[in-house]
Amino acid sequence: MNVRIPILKLDEVLIVSIQWELDDQTAIQFQEDLLNKMHETTARGVVIDLTSIDFIDSFIAKVLGDVISMSSLMGAKVVITGIQPAVAITLIELGIRLENVMTALDLENGLTKLRRELEA
Amino acid sequence: MDNRSSVEIFTEWDIVAARQLGRNEAKNSGFGTVDQARITTAISELARNIYLYAGKGKIEIDRLSTDGMKGMTIIASDEGPGIPDLRKVMEDGFSTSGGLGAGMPGVKRLMDDFKVESEVGKGTIITATKWLR
Repeated sequence: MNVRIPILKLDEVLIVSIQWELDDQTAIQFQEDLLNKMHETTARGVVIDLTSIDFIDSFIAKVLGDVISMSSLMGAKVVITGIQPAVAITLIELGIRLENVMTALDLENGLTKLRRELEA
Repeated sequence: MDNRSSVEIFTEWDIVAARQLGRNEAKNSGFGTVDQARITTAISELARNIYLYAGKGKIEIDRLSTDGMKGMTIIASDEGPGIPDLRKVMEDGFSTSGGLGAGMPGVKRLMDDFKVESEVGKGTIITATKWLR
């Protein structure tokens, strides 16, 4: 049961849409796959869309936070999009603050934000 | 008992099974999407603690109906090493596993009632309840 999260490339941006509940292995695999794809393609930006995700626990939050720091080390910028109201509420109540993370309401806004960042 | 269901925690996959059970039970009990997310997240944290610290244990879910109040109780039990300093694990940011340390105080905030019983060398039982409003 090892499903990999597809990573698409659009110009210099990698687009990831997480469509199902993440188990630990899939999350760790995703971290590696994304960094490798970044290295292969010299993409400079990543959008991770979480529209379909209805909860995030501290483990998944840590994996996401780590992947953002790792991407930054490699010189790429990450935008997280589509966090649902219930997810935002539980993350804060849980005590998790994804600080210094670029976010946007949806994929479209996320891409716009990222392109602006990359041009700057 | 009809109102109780449970998942044994041995592997990472059991964490997924426990939270899926919790989400379904929460949905069937009439909880809204935010409370469903709270309950699912709380179960995920408790199941992960069992997996990380005790190796194995159990997540039980009870549907409650008392005095016109409806709710759901999560009982996370293990026969692991126990918690030597209960006050410390309830501090925000405390972790011995390199996680985010959001575990116990976070779970307490997500739920309405929260109780920890632990004995060193014997194990831990955490009981957390969410009431339907």
